[in-house]
Amino acid sequence: MIRPGRMIIQVLRSLFKKPATSLYPFVKTEMPDKFRGKLKYYPEKCIGCMLCMKDCPSDAIVIKKVGEKKYIAEINLARCIYCAQCVDSCPKDALESTKEFELAKLTRDQLKVVISEETQSSSEPKT
Amino acid sequence: MHSHDFQIPIGPQHPALKEPESFLLTMHGEKITSMTVRLGYNHRGIEKACEAQSYIQDIYLIERVCGICSHSHATCFIQAIEEIAGLAVPKRALYIRTLIAELERVHSHLLWLGVAGHEIGFDTLLMYTWRDREVVMDILALLTGNRVNYSMNTIGGVRRDITAEQKQEILKATDTLEERTKYYIQIATEETTIIKRLSGVGMLLYDDAVNLGAVGPTARASGVDRDIRRDDPYAAYGELKFNVITDKHCDVYGRAVVRVLELMESYKIIRQVLADMPEGPITVKAPRKIPAGEALSRYEAPRGEDVHYVKANGTDRPERVKVRAPTLANVQVVAHMLKDRYLADMPIVIAAIDPCFSCTDRLTSLRDSDSGSKNYMTWPALRSYSIEWHRKQGIDFSDLNKKFKVPGN
Repeated sequence: MIRPGRMIIQVLRSLFKKPATSLYPFVKTEMPDKFRGKLKYYPEKCIGCMLCMKDCPSDAIVIKKVGEKKYIAEINLARCIYCAQCVDSCPKDALESTKEFELAKLTRDQLKVVISEETQSSSEPKT
Repeated sequence: MHSHDFQIPIGPQHPALKEPESFLLTMHGEKITSMTVRLGYNHRGIEKACEAQSYIQDIYLIERVCGICSHSHATCFIQAIEEIAGLAVPKRALYIRTLIAELERVHSHLLWLGVAGHEIGFDTLLMYTWRDREVVMDILALLTGNRVNYSMNTIGGVRRDITAEQKQEILKATDTLEERTKYYIQIATEETTIIKRLSGVGMLLYDDAVNLGAVGPTARASGVDRDIRRDDPYAAYGELKFNVITDKHCDVYGRAVVRVLELMESYKIIRQVLADMPEGPITVKAPRKIPAGEALSRYEAPRGEDVHYVKANGTDRPERVKVRAPTLANVQVVAHMLKDRYLADMPIVIAAIDPCFSCTDRLTSLRDSDSGSKNYMTWPALRSYSIEWHRKQGIDFSDLNKKFKVPGN
């Protein structure tokens, strides 16, 4: 039957339904397993082949040699586009995507993360 | 000029427009007598940037041509590279590509349905379709790791495999979406306000659609039976059974009907892909350096035919990349559709082609604001400006002047 107000039943039903949106930040949605979030770097696995640097589309990662078979990674979270190509390119699985996505900071400097064997446990720079 | 004739500029900055584009409408009273479209306000130089990066980096750049049809652009680009390199992509990878492509079509068409509802003042439809769209967005996030810019493609295959549990999730979501789509089809055919508002608006007859080169749902709603998925099969479409939806309404209502019925075809394709998906590897090893050659790749994006041209020169970087987004083919049609129509029809007629103006911008043409001339800067003037600019940066080109003959001088 062609008449106006065909959606009215649905609209009235919605009045008694819970909201479709979630109450972020009080309720946090679990990210899917394949989520490409903040990078994790394992300095002990790194062999310094620099393939991640070569393939990065946005020059967000820099691997530096600091000693005999010792490497550090400088990751610029502001430049990173979270494509995880570096994770795919790495032949030794020294890089990993995490589910961490709340990365907003107040200054640009705070978005530059240096990961070495010493700072591995606390990758956040001191502010 | 008649006393009732006047011109209305709409854009590039306008509260009703979502993207920067400019329309100049010549009005006679309330009727539009002619319309010119000016693009180029969001030119990002993507084609040139592609030439400065390796193929792997280009995938992620090309993917960002469009946020809604990111998989379309990436697949289209990669198909061209794979053709030049002569890679035999595994069948499973082709099926996964097809699956993501159809899920993308579902989310794009649901998005359009909401936008169309919003443009005609039917915001209830916007709220409901966008709520249901979240179902397919969650599935895309589950499969690829992100809601938009899926990064699913790589040269020679796909990056992520699909597990049996994920297949069950997709089937469950497809059932939900199919039920909701049936409801929208019912609404679209029974709700008088939608039928009356959209019927006869933005008429585009068959001959005009062919002559003006309309693509995608815009052309199919005018009875043009054209779909790259069937006419020039890519990925796994050659092995799948589906109908190409056409409609004889030739107006905005027809375009809405084509899109909702295409949703039903997409669900059919998704189910076939999941049932027929062969086992095996998902990628073949691709060389970093692509041999010299050129290829043109076509792809049926949700908005219509997407065309990418890639020229390789044997290095790890392309020599030339050309992108033609579907909106470029459809944007001239809008001017034709709006001729002798009322100004109030303009938002919905523009929205009916599902425009993506920022994806379309491949060039910016500057005009001198005083004379209106397009020759903003002559070649020698541009050249001396460039030399001066570099000199300020500490690079001196005065030696080069002796080596090369300056054209135009």
